[in-house]
Amino acid sequence: MTSAFRRLIAASMLAGFGAWSAAAQTAPTGAAPAAVAPAYTPTNAAGQIEVVLKDHVFTPSQIRVPAGKRTQLLIKNQDPTADEFDSSALKVEKVVGGNSEGVVRLRELDPGTYPFMGEFNPTTAQGVVIAE
Amino acid sequence: MFGALIIVFREVLEAGLVVGVVLAATRGLAGSRLYVALGIFGGVVGAAVIAGFADILSSLFDGTGQELLNAVILLVAVVMLTWTVSWMSAHARELTSQLKAVGLDVKKGRKPLTALAIVVGAAVLREGFEVVLFLYGILVGGGASAASVALGGMLGVVAGAAVAYALYRGLAAIPVKRLFQVTTVMIALLAAGLAAQAVGILQSAGYLNVLAYPLWNTSAVLPQDSIVGRVLATLIGYTDQPSGLQLIAYLATLAAVFTLSRRAAASTAPRPASSTSGSR
Repeated sequence: MTSAFRRLIAASMLAGFGAWSAAAQTAPTGAAPAAVAPAYTPTNAAGQIEVVLKDHVFTPSQIRVPAGKRTQLLIKNQDPTADEFDSSALKVEKVVGGNSEGVVRLRELDPGTYPFMGEFNPTTAQGVVIAE
Repeated sequence: MFGALIIVFREVLEAGLVVGVVLAATRGLAGSRLYVALGIFGGVVGAAVIAGFADILSSLFDGTGQELLNAVILLVAVVMLTWTVSWMSAHARELTSQLKAVGLDVKKGRKPLTALAIVVGAAVLREGFEVVLFLYGILVGGGASAASVALGGMLGVVAGAAVAYALYRGLAAIPVKRLFQVTTVMIALLAAGLAAQAVGILQSAGYLNVLAYPLWNTSAVLPQDSIVGRVLATLIGYTDQPSGLQLIAYLATLAAVFTLSRRAAASTAPRPASSTSGSR
């Protein structure tokens, strides 16, 4: 059932965004991922997706990552106070001190939407990770 | 105020459940309340200290200092709980016979009480760390008035402590003979849950990358971040998306605790010249 779902996702990705292919699921034997920029949230030089927390709001609040691949978020807390990057769906709880940074490591994700929040300011600090 | 109440309540509840189980389990040991109180005090002080170094801590070990510290704290608690269960099994008879009276000899009870005080301290430290950072953040941020936050925080402490106390009263109402068996099982489940939690934290930090995939997902039925989910997570190690390694850690800890306690009970069972010194 999930594999059918994955195939569907993979197919729609091929049709829609082209290129990136289902490399995550079927380890590429030689065909390197194409150079066309995918719709994923861009990463910094260290391969981390930078997420800024300012005024208790995450930017970007929608983070698109490839399904089935480990990814990292670099949470840059620009507020003077600490917050906790918290997501039961992602199984992550990470306290990031005020005016400091924290790395959140995401496991391989099934395609889907995974909400997260800043636990100390849950009304404003919200976002989702979309794996596809 | 409400936000402060909810967050503080949640954290106090999680630590309080551990304290409740430990208090019930040590009812027969003289001076247990003092040790538990010391554990709480140590945990609060430790939480404040660690909160002060939150930035430095999280930048250690490639950004995983916080996770490593959490995992170490949890694993220490697991070891202490496991050891305590085996000690209690070895002294089961004394415990059950003297529970109503003065309690076990102070000197004898010192070791398990120290171990359990460390467990209490670890639980309070872990949850208190977040409470301290959260309350500090609100007070500094000035979003809400300090008085309102203080009130919410205090109500949260009271509410969390009340639930923990209710658990303790419920356990204390169990007849003395059964209490020992019940608390042994509860401590075993507590230890197993903490072990699984430690593995989960290490895996989320990128360590132990084997069997890291969730085996099942019951978050639709009982989300782990709901209050009931949190209570069960603390008491029996409920996880809505356990990884394979977490399940293994859970089962291995349970097996270790029961094996050790059975062995301890068997090796120290007094033999009052009877023929049936079996496994009762």
